Amino acid sequence: MSQAAEIVFDHVTKRYAGRDAAAVDDLSLEIPAGTFCVLVGPSGGGKTTALKLVNRLIPFDSGEIRIDGQDIRRLPLTELRRGIGYVIQQIGLFPHMTVGENVATVPRLLRWPKARTRERTVELLELVGLEAADAGRYPAQLSGGQRQRVGLARALAGDPPLLLMDEPFGALDPITRHRLQTELRRLHREVGKTVIFVTHDIDEAIQMGDRIAILREGGVLAQYDTPDAILARPADDFVAAFIGGDRALRRLALKTLAEVPLAPGEAGERVAPETTVRNAVSLLLELKTDSLTVADGDRVLGTFRLRDASALL
Amino acid sequence: MGTGKGPVIPNFGHGDACVTGDHTFCWSWVRQHWGDTLGPALWQHVELTAIAVGIGFAIAFPLALFAHRFRRLEQPLGALSALVYTIPSLALFQLLVPLTGLTLTTVEIALVGYTLVMLFPNIVAGLRSAPDEVLEAARGMGLTRLQVLTRVELPLAVPAIIGGLRIAVVSTVAIATIAGIEVTTKGLGFAIFDALRAPTPFKTEIYSAGALAVALAIAADLLLVGVRRAVVPWSRSGR
Repeated sequence: MSQAAEIVFDHVTKRYAGRDAAAVDDLSLEIPAGTFCVLVGPSGGGKTTALKLVNRLIPFDSGEIRIDGQDIRRLPLTELRRGIGYVIQQIGLFPHMTVGENVATVPRLLRWPKARTRERTVELLELVGLEAADAGRYPAQLSGGQRQRVGLARALAGDPPLLLMDEPFGALDPITRHRLQTELRRLHREVGKTVIFVTHDIDEAIQMGDRIAILREGGVLAQYDTPDAILARPADDFVAAFIGGDRALRRLALKTLAEVPLAPGEAGERVAPETTVRNAVSLLLELKTDSLTVADGDRVLGTFRLRDASALL
Repeated sequence: MGTGKGPVIPNFGHGDACVTGDHTFCWSWVRQHWGDTLGPALWQHVELTAIAVGIGFAIAFPLALFAHRFRRLEQPLGALSALVYTIPSLALFQLLVPLTGLTLTTVEIALVGYTLVMLFPNIVAGLRSAPDEVLEAARGMGLTRLQVLTRVELPLAVPAIIGGLRIAVVSTVAIATIAGIEVTTKGLGFAIFDALRAPTPFKTEIYSAGALAVALAIAADLLLVGVRRAVVPWSRSGR
């Protein structure tokens, strides 16, 4: 398989027995290779169901799902799953295995040579911010955040071109969650895999996603676009209500001062170019001034003015 | 009459004043008869117990795997295994004698029956103890059903299985003494009842054989706790 896979949902429908409404209703979605795609929506929106259709933990009724053009129902079940990383909120580490053994699960299933598995395990532990020495510990000896790091390392171990993540940070405290979100974005840039990430938290979706698919109740796709486009042009009232009233500020949070045009010269407090436009605006309101100097160390890049902000929307 | 070592009271005919006077406890008798009475009885008791628990496990384990795989079978199998337990042990030995005679087979059939009710539910519970999210992760990573069983469910069942073995061993040690009343001449139970049957019940033999039965149960239990510590390094709690 390639390093990252393209995933296509083609008119996929799933109904659970004994329920009138579909869980996933005629879902069509193209996720280009290497995309970080977030499925978001209220509970009952079918986002977790949609995710589990991809590794066939849940069977679907009609339509087709293709990974790199191949119908997933034509692949042997175990082969399909060994090629897809899977991370869930409750993590599900094997309590009787050490961290190293947990991470090595899929390489062992794939019968990698022992030396390669060992090397890969150490490499992955470091990639997710753990140490090689942690390989000998048991899950019960780890904190929640460390466990989810192990869960992520385990999912990446077989070098799958696709990663499915079901609310992976939902059970973590806000500080740990934020740290892991940031690291997952960095990791995604580094390893370049296709990710399908489920969350009910629109803020997390906006922060993490290259693209966001918003599902409404009954498993209907309400909108599928980049975070900026969704904030700028919500498809309907449902989407507008779901993303909330401060859309303009959220859009400004997606850009940093390094990415926006600046006026020449120097005026007001100095801020770093990595500052988001949203935070810059907040600072201007707080300081009761209308301009900030953007400086990278001693080098002045220009001036950001309050009245420039609306032009960015 | 038992092993017939003494003319009046078995096993203690040639003792000192403590023995002939049937004092509360005579170390001299224990030392004198360890080789011909207590030692063999203890070893026979170990055998009775080991055979019963061994065969019981060999039956309960596949039944439990079966009940785990086909959930509908759990209740009927559980009821069947519990059936024997509802019969008092004295009565059960009595019921079996006409069928299998005063043989070791009779003793073991009854003892095995009792172990089933302790082993079967514990093994089933152990196999069920794997948390849902662990099973989901295992399936999601592409483990086959057999791999889920051998690599996840069985290792996680080990603490419960050892728990079942502990109860089975301890109670089999106890129930096996009852077999000594009427069915077998083997084990610590026979030593106790032989002493009870004497014209004057001989206290030293009753107490020493009884104490050995208790010590055997405790030793076997501690051994299994040790096994558990050794094979379940991943559990933080002690038991």
